[in-house]
Amino acid sequence: MADSDPAIVVEGLRKTYGGKPALAGLDLTVPAGTVHAVLGPNGAGKTTCVRILATLLRPDGGRAEVAGYDVRRDPDQVRYRIGLLGQHAAVDEELSGRQNLEMFGRLYHLGARPARARAEELLERFGLTDTGQKAVGQYSGGMRRRLDLAASLIMRPRVLFLDEPTTGLDPRGRTEVWNAVRSLVGGGTTVLLTTQYLEEADQLADRICVVDHGRSIAEGTADQLKARIGGDRIEVVLRDGRQLDAAVPLVGRATGSDAIETDTDRRRIGAPVDDRVAALTGTVRALAAAGIEAEDIVLRRPTLDEVFLHLTGKSAAEGAADGGTDHTTKEGAGV
Amino acid sequence: MSAATDTTARPANTLYWALADSWTMTRRGLAHWARRPVQVVVNLVFPVMMLLMFAYFLGGGMTVPGGGDYKEYLVPGMLALTMAFGLEGTMLAVTTDLNKGVIDRFRSMPMAPSAVLVGRSVLDMLQSALSLCVLIGVALAMGWRWHDGLGDALYAVGLLLWLRFAMLWIGIHLGMVAGRPELVQAVQILVWPVGFLSNAFSAPENMPAWLGTVAEWNPMSATAAAVRDLFGIPGAGGGGSWAAEHARLLAVCWPLFLLAVFFPLAVGRFRRLSH
Repeated sequence: MADSDPAIVVEGLRKTYGGKPALAGLDLTVPAGTVHAVLGPNGAGKTTCVRILATLLRPDGGRAEVAGYDVRRDPDQVRYRIGLLGQHAAVDEELSGRQNLEMFGRLYHLGARPARARAEELLERFGLTDTGQKAVGQYSGGMRRRLDLAASLIMRPRVLFLDEPTTGLDPRGRTEVWNAVRSLVGGGTTVLLTTQYLEEADQLADRICVVDHGRSIAEGTADQLKARIGGDRIEVVLRDGRQLDAAVPLVGRATGSDAIETDTDRRRIGAPVDDRVAALTGTVRALAAAGIEAEDIVLRRPTLDEVFLHLTGKSAAEGAADGGTDHTTKEGAGV
Repeated sequence: MSAATDTTARPANTLYWALADSWTMTRRGLAHWARRPVQVVVNLVFPVMMLLMFAYFLGGGMTVPGGGDYKEYLVPGMLALTMAFGLEGTMLAVTTDLNKGVIDRFRSMPMAPSAVLVGRSVLDMLQSALSLCVLIGVALAMGWRWHDGLGDALYAVGLLLWLRFAMLWIGIHLGMVAGRPELVQAVQILVWPVGFLSNAFSAPENMPAWLGTVAEWNPMSATAAAVRDLFGIPGAGGGGSWAAEHARLLAVCWPLFLLAVFFPLAVGRFRRLSH
């Protein structure tokens, strides 16, 4: 495989579960050495896609190549070149971290001694050296995730699959995983990441593919997508609702936007922004100068729900087969 | 890219790696044993407890055809029952394992897929062999003896493990069919009537006629009767039915038949996990 060849090629991938299509002709190309995020709500087909690419599931139709090998024809060649970090920890909870990594190293056919050496190396790299004989079942969520990631990296894979790697982690665990992913990419690994969080895709990925109902509905860099969906937003909540009319033109001038939304009941003004800092300082100054008191001023990324609203005209919750709404509200990143 | 990524499959050594991977999976099971010694001991003690209860609590009221000693009759039955009950242990282990995340990692690795099942088999056979040793040890301490020499006694142990091997693959198949640990409980209850509807504790002649016939044709009865015969237990010849007369033949054929059915079913089911 030449370095310029894409690390992942997916063409018209289809998979049906009990009559319900999970993937309905998904297309995806990921250049080697890049991070690609697959963004979508629950039930959009993200996990099915990763499971097919990681040779855990056979597709019903279409073609998928990973690191130059067809996942159906040469699954073993694919398996030597990938790492997988699934939604649930794929490690033996009854064994210690060291026992786990050694076992996986042997199963990758490294041989007993190199497997032991590699286990030691990875424990050190992920700060797990002093866990001793403790069973993984007694690890914290973040530690378990780190061990899981270490296990995915035993073979220094060309392609690493991360299926919602930070779901269920606290902010500290999330940062740990993000940092680990960034350092990997520096080493030339291609990463395919699925997520429900636009912020996560924005932070980590070179390109983002938005999926809905098993199909790609938008693709591009984070900036390109944001340009399509309106980017970051500022939200101002006033103390006194009667001042809304006076405040709207001020916010408009500070943000340079004429697409201003107002919500009289909640005394709220919302507007898309290009330059986060300029919009925020401009708004604060203009309101202060006019003597208008704000109860809250927040800069936030569009939620997944808003992305979907823009791309499909319906919210992620209605769009997804079994999606909940709770995940879309957690990610409003305040300043 | 670093050199390590160029490690390619070595198909020429498929058999070598299949064996090596199976051994790694067996070591995994042994490491689990080391982490839960209490459970290992409980598993070994349970059949011993059954043996002692039947020998001393209930044994006084039991009659053996031909008027032999009940303990003599009971021990081979307990050995066969222990092998048959191994099914639930296998089933539970398989179901639990398949519900763990680690199975996804195994399946995304270039290891021999058979190693998961082979490792399970080796481990369960080891456990059963250990169990047989403990039971026979206790039986000897109770004053039980085999009468026809060590060769026949070892032949008997071989037949017992042969039955266990068949039960193992039924257990692997049922474990995958059940899918969830809750369903295993149903099987754990059902093995009791199936286990007791045999000649393990009581001669089928003592049962209602039609039940006695079913009990005589129970695969477990064939093994128990053959083992009694090989141990030279007096008065355990059976009621003269065809099944009782040909116990040794059936003790070989029954497990063979069960394996012919369940081994391909289990392997096929395991392969289809990716569908």
